[in-house]
Formats: sequence, structure tokens, C-alpha cells
Amino acid sequence: MAAVKETVETVKTIDVDQYKYGFVTEIETELAPKGLSEDIVRFISAKKGEPQWLLDWRLEAFRRWQTMTEPTWSRVHYPAIDFQDLHYYAAPKRTPGPKSLDEVDPELLRTYEKLGIPLREQEILAGVEISKVAVDAVFDSVSVVTTFKAELAKVGVIFCAISEAVREHPDLVRKYLGTVVPTSDNFYATLNSAVFSDGSFVYIPPGVKCPMELSTYFRINEQKTGQFERTLIIADKGAYVSYLEGCTAPKRDENQLHAAVVELVALDDAEIKYSTVQNWYPGDSEGKGGIYNFVTKRGDCRGARSKISWTQVETGSAITWKYPSCILRGEGSSGEFYSIAISNGHQQVDSGTKMIHLGKNTTSKILAKGIAAGRSDNTYRGQVSAHRKATGARNFTNCDSLLIGDKCGAHTIPYIEAKNASAVFEHEATTSKIAEDQLFYCMQRGLDEEEAVALIVNGFVKDVLQQLPMEFAVEAQKLIAISLEGSVG
Amino acid sequence: MLKINNLHVEIDGKKILNGLTLHVKPGEVAAIMGPNGSGKSTLSYVVAGKEDYTVTDGEILLDGVNILEMEPNERAAAGLFLAFQYPLEIPGVATMTFLKAAMNAQRKSRGEGELSPGDFMKAVREAAKALGIDPDMLKRPLNVGFSGGEKKRMEILQMALLRPKMAILDETDSGLDIDALRIVAEGVNAQRDPRHGFLVITHYQRLLDHIVPDTVHVMAKGRIVKSGGPEIALELEKHGYAEYVGEAA
Repeated sequence: MAAVKETVETVKTIDVDQYKYGFVTEIETELAPKGLSEDIVRFISAKKGEPQWLLDWRLEAFRRWQTMTEPTWSRVHYPAIDFQDLHYYAAPKRTPGPKSLDEVDPELLRTYEKLGIPLREQEILAGVEISKVAVDAVFDSVSVVTTFKAELAKVGVIFCAISEAVREHPDLVRKYLGTVVPTSDNFYATLNSAVFSDGSFVYIPPGVKCPMELSTYFRINEQKTGQFERTLIIADKGAYVSYLEGCTAPKRDENQLHAAVVELVALDDAEIKYSTVQNWYPGDSEGKGGIYNFVTKRGDCRGARSKISWTQVETGSAITWKYPSCILRGEGSSGEFYSIAISNGHQQVDSGTKMIHLGKNTTSKILAKGIAAGRSDNTYRGQVSAHRKATGARNFTNCDSLLIGDKCGAHTIPYIEAKNASAVFEHEATTSKIAEDQLFYCMQRGLDEEEAVALIVNGFVKDVLQQLPMEFAVEAQKLIAISLEGSVG
Repeated sequence: MLKINNLHVEIDGKKILNGLTLHVKPGEVAAIMGPNGSGKSTLSYVVAGKEDYTVTDGEILLDGVNILEMEPNERAAAGLFLAFQYPLEIPGVATMTFLKAAMNAQRKSRGEGELSPGDFMKAVREAAKALGIDPDMLKRPLNVGFSGGEKKRMEILQMALLRPKMAILDETDSGLDIDALRIVAEGVNAQRDPRHGFLVITHYQRLLDHIVPDTVHVMAKGRIVKSGGPEIALELEKHGYAEYVGEAA
């Protein structure tokens, strides 16, 4: 209830067309020269002080990438990206691997403060009501700081920048990196494999329930920079972790590229809950600028009875192209996908999931809510398939679309494939429009038009919001209201 | 309190109200009766500010202020309430959440602070109890899966909590069995006092057995064709609307 009120308040205080996180941080940055070549790949690898095996891995990806072409099957339209006109490495100068918050450039900390990210441990500890969240912050190409490391280490949890993991835990990284999303997977994932600069690494040892939420905040600051982070999360046998990522970027007239790869591995009886609140700059009301978000996220339920669940609230980016997926390999494993995708203005969203049933008695659930407003285009694309050995596989899919106004579009494209007779797949889809009568009813009770829309939309997405960790659900609810600012009338 | 003068209204070029004039004083319960298609529901929507209608002439004054240029929420904040004939469903929004959002929105536009959670809960519980509403129902999404009677009770609950100066009840009796009708009528009667006005729109006399009006107006072909006391309702019950439909034609 309080959250609805807050949503309404937030809407009221914000100017139309105002992307709250659109500021630029003035900070000295070390940039790689523009363009992409083997030399740049070597440059990045050298900057990170990487071992030979990783450099070779990158180079192989790069060579493969050169033979690939951009995919064109999605329902998004944009001018060709000039991959030679981008910087593939940008790092704040003063932070070559900070040991603690004191070594971090104060300007950076102020940036995260402006973003409302509780980076400072003492602030979190001071707040009685705020539960503890360990944060890894990634600024352009490097991980700036990771909090609560010591406390996590006590229970054996590793939470650090992936570049640090390469140095400190090379065996784990080498064992799992690229095993879920191989270097040959797709154009953007292969590009990422060649040039990824940083990201988060998590390892939860057998039987450990991670004592706090883990969170990463990604921020693209530099102009003409691509962000290619790589996240790798491993939950060993019987382990549990809940992980959240948040994303923002400054307002810029040109488009920025974001091509991340996230790999999750769940072993026997392990569970990973991965939540995303994505609020990259969506472009202005004319459709100028904004982030191109081409992301490959995949979880591998490698062990028996393992579970991976993706929850995402997508409100940002000019273009979103992402399909967080689950490979249900282990017997009795399960995958879940809960999604809210909101598009307004000229945003284009082509998003969904893949549930690949390989093991026996595997189950999956998909709950996708798309909301299209303004002149945006919102597509749900989802694949559910059962291998011939996946006897007893079950899936339930529900896709609902809500249209606001008459200049937007919503599309649902399901691909369903069962190669054995015992699989049971259910698919439900609805498309509705916010009825004028509903708005009038709410307004008759005293809500103004934007409050009324926010209330109705929050009702529409409630089932998914409930899947988010509590402290982020409120944030997400506010974000939804802001994203729909000016969508009616 | 509510003064409607010479109101002319069209929808899609079709005239619905033809110079309707109607005044309701503070403390008065006025009833409008009329045959189907006489423009009763149009009148309630136009007063509440629904968009689809074009007002071609006339004025609607609430406490002397012309409300025709005001948004529906501004009219609500000014003290106008419409109990809908067909209350809308709001999926996913708990009734409690909706009530709180509405109450606080109105308080805010009057420059008042928000209700404390304690005061809010107390007010809702008391009002719900008086109307025989199960507290569990307040946790369910507003009107979703509610029976016709439950929806109408919920309208009266909202009216009790918002305490409007002027409440319009549009065919609140439709779809109610006799027990539900009595409960709803008691809910309305409990709110009668010298400062609040009511406009009760109905097709049938039976509601007026329970909510006894001070004045009764007969509406036909978009105008008030006869006004008087409660005795008119009884006449109508006996003779039907034929006389008025003929007269207005």
C-alpha cells in the first residue's frame, strides 16, 4: 500500500521526459583507442594482467566473431552499428583494483550515491530497517568496489570482480567460464567473449545458503563506449543465492552499446534466483539516443533437482534484445522466468525466454507481462522445447500484454517443440487495453490520470513484482510509474 | 448545493439531455425516476465528468462553482461522488490499496495530510462492519469476482469513507436481492444529515421504500417532466411511465 502511494508521489515530482539517471560523471578515464582488432583484445587482456589461457580464449572468440554476421530475425530496427567506432575499454584512472572504499575516487562514490545505491557499508549498517545487501559496482569497464567481502568469505562465499576471480580463483573460472554460453554462441556473446572487461563472479560452496542478497550495479559513463560485462555465478551442491543487478546510463544523443553475457550454473539441489532491474537510458521522446541492449543470459540446471529463476523488470534501453534462458539438464530440475517489460516513447523490446527441457521430469514456468505505451513496440518471444529423453517435462506459460494508447504494438511469438509424447506444455496469452472506463472510475474516486494509470499497471504486474526481493520490489514499482510518465492524455 | 441549469448534452451528435434543470439542497435526498433511455445514466456521467459527452449548453454548479471545466478527480476532491451502476474491476489492486489511494488523493488535493495507517485501518474496519463486508474481501482485488451485491456494497463503503458533500447513486438497486438492498439503503440512510446531499437514480419504486426521498423528479426524453414529493413514486408504481413518455414526445 505504501508502495503504491510512493509510486504516485514519484510520478508527481518528476518532469515529463526526465530520465533521472541521465547525468554524466566528470572523471579522468583511461580509454583504449577506438576500434576492434587483435591488438585491442591483447590490450584489454594485458590491462587485466590475464593468464595466457584467457588471452587465447579471447583471441579464439575474436577470430570466430570476425566470421559472424549480426542477427536480423528480431522485431527491432536500428541503423547498422559501426563496431570500429567504439571504445572497447574505459576505466576510471585512479582505481586499478581498490582494496577498500577509501581508495575509490570520491566522485565515483557520489555517482553511486546519486543513483541511490547503498554502496557504503556503514550506511547500510546504520540503517536498521534496511536488510544487508552486498554490492559490486561496475563503472564502464571495471569493477569499482565490492562490499561485504570479508563477511561473505566467512561462510566461503566468493563475490568479487571477475577480473579478480581470474587472478585469485583461476581454477573455478577456468572450469566454468563459457560452459553455459560458449564463445561460439551468437554474434553478441562471441563479441563479449573477445572483449569483456569486467563483471561479477559468485561462487557459493556446497550446502551454503548465501547470508545476504548479492547485487551488482552497472553504469556506462564514457561516450562512445561499449559495455561488455561478464557475470558468472556458480551454486555448488545444495547452495542457494539470490542475486540482483541494476543498470543505468547517462543521457546521450548517440546510442551506446551494451552486450553482456551472464552464465549461471546450478549443481545438484542448488538454487539461483537472479533478478534484474534494467533502467538503461531509453532515448528521448523523439527516439534519439539510448542504449542498445543485446544481452545473452543463460542458466544451466546442471544438477538434479536444481532450480534457476529469472525475474526481470525492463524499463530502459532504446532497444532490448534478451532472452534469459534455462537449460534443464538435471533430472527433476526446474526453471522459472518472471518478466515485466515496459516500453514507452520509441523504445523497441524483443525479449522473452527459452526453457530447454533435456532431463526427465523437468518443469518450467513462464510469466511474462508486456506493457506498451507511446509509439513503442513490445514483443515477447519464447521457446519451450522438450528433448526426446525429457519424459514427464512440464511447462506452463502465461503472457499478458497491456496496451496504453493506440500508437504502440504488442506481439507474442511462442515457439513450442515437444519431441516426446509425455511432455505437457500449456500456453496462455492475453492482450488488453487499459479501459477508459477503468481510468474514469479511478479518477472519480480522486486519483489523477497518472496516478490511475500507475495503479492499474501496478495491479497488472503484481504477480511478477511479488517475485522480486522486497527491497527491490518497491524500487521497481517506482520505476514502472516513471517509465509510463506522459503515456496517456 | 448541486444546481444543474438548462443542461444540453450530446453523444456522437445525438441529443440525450434537452435543457435539464435540477437543484438539490444540502441535507436533501432527491430521487430521479424515469424509463429506460430517458438519460438518467448520462446525467450521472456528465455530472461526474466522463469524457465521451459533449455539453452544448447549460451549467452544473457545485456550491456555486461551475464544475464543467474540471477533471473528474477535481470534481471528486470538490466533494462529488458517483456510485456506479456497473462498478469497474481493477485486477491486481487490493481493495484496501485502492481505498487508501483514493482517500489520500482527495485529502492531498484539499491540502490535508495523509491518514495514518492506524486511522485508516480503523475507519475501513468500522465502515466495512456496518455494511456487513467480510474483512477478507478487502484484501481481494477491487471488484474482481465480486457478486453484483458485493460490488454495490463496496460502492457504499467507498462513499462512507470519502464522505462526499454530494453523492449520486446510479441504479444502486439493480441486481440486488432484498437483503442486500436493505443493507445498502441502511448504509445510505446512516449518512443522511443536514450538510450532505444525495441524488438517487432509480427505475423502480422499491429502493425508495428504504431510502425515503424528500423530493422525486420524473425524467423523460432528457428533461425533468414532473417534480414533487414521495407520493409521485407511488403513482408511478401504479400507472407506469406511459403518461410521461407520451407527454414529452
